[in-house]
Amino acid sequence: MAESVEEIREHTKVYIKVLIALLVLTVVTVAVSYVDFNSTFLTVFVGLLIATIKGSLVACYFMHLIDEEKLIYWVLGITVVFFAVLMLVPILTVHDSVFYG
Amino acid sequence: MDEIPYTVKPHPISGLYSGKLGVWLFLASEVMLFGALFSSYILLRVGSDDWPVGSEILNVPLAMVNTFILILSSVTVVLGWASLKLGENRKAKMYLWLTVVLACGFLVVKTFEYGAKFSHHIGPATNNFYATYFTMTGLHGLHVIGGIAVFVYLLTSGAKLLETNPEHYANRIECTGLYWHFVDLVWIFLFPALYLL
Repeated sequence: MAESVEEIREHTKVYIKVLIALLVLTVVTVAVSYVDFNSTFLTVFVGLLIATIKGSLVACYFMHLIDEEKLIYWVLGITVVFFAVLMLVPILTVHDSVFYG
Repeated sequence: MDEIPYTVKPHPISGLYSGKLGVWLFLASEVMLFGALFSSYILLRVGSDDWPVGSEILNVPLAMVNTFILILSSVTVVLGWASLKLGENRKAKMYLWLTVVLACGFLVVKTFEYGAKFSHHIGPATNNFYATYFTMTGLHGLHVIGGIAVFVYLLTSGAKLLETNPEHYANRIECTGLYWHFVDLVWIFLFPALYLL
């Protein structure tokens, strides 16, 4: 986490660069949604990929996750595991015939 | 009365001031809350034979404007926090009030969007798509209102702390900012999931 005046001024410049990147990526998200990929999987994949890049920029630079204490990473790591389980639940229900025939 | 410890100095074990750890734990619970809704959305969408395309029935330009508004408000929060750290208090307050204005702008746009749907007698009971749309954007909207309430408190009666303990005040802004960035982050995923894909 930045503490010195110089570091904070440096961070302010980064915030502006991230802002520009986020605005451009938002336009790209909308533009890409009009492209016909001929595949639902590819359409969803590209859309979520851009959203993930945007989300990572917000988390890393605005939420300062790029330079954070170990404990925060642990908290988030455990959260990611449980989040992944939540996202897998719909897939398990689609394939429940595997378990119940 | 004893003061609450580690509101400014980091705790020797965690290396964090207590408020920050508390907010991150709260955000972890928020990830699960919105995660449950996203999981339900996937379940309903995958199981549906006739799921509508969001861009054909929702207002994409308005939602795009709202995305710009939230991203800008995230930047004004971090610029406000940075200004506090630099001792530029007036500038910090200006950035934070700007955040409140942008957040209100987001709600105004959302009100127009909801109004257009309600005027056509479309609501959460219309179908599974609209049930998902209103639940997820509605809960997100409530989070925006919560964020506005905290910012307004910190800029009015809560601003006394800026005179007595500026570092503690900057930490409170940082914690509120973390919450606000999370609200922005949720929208970043809601926007393509509901409006575009």
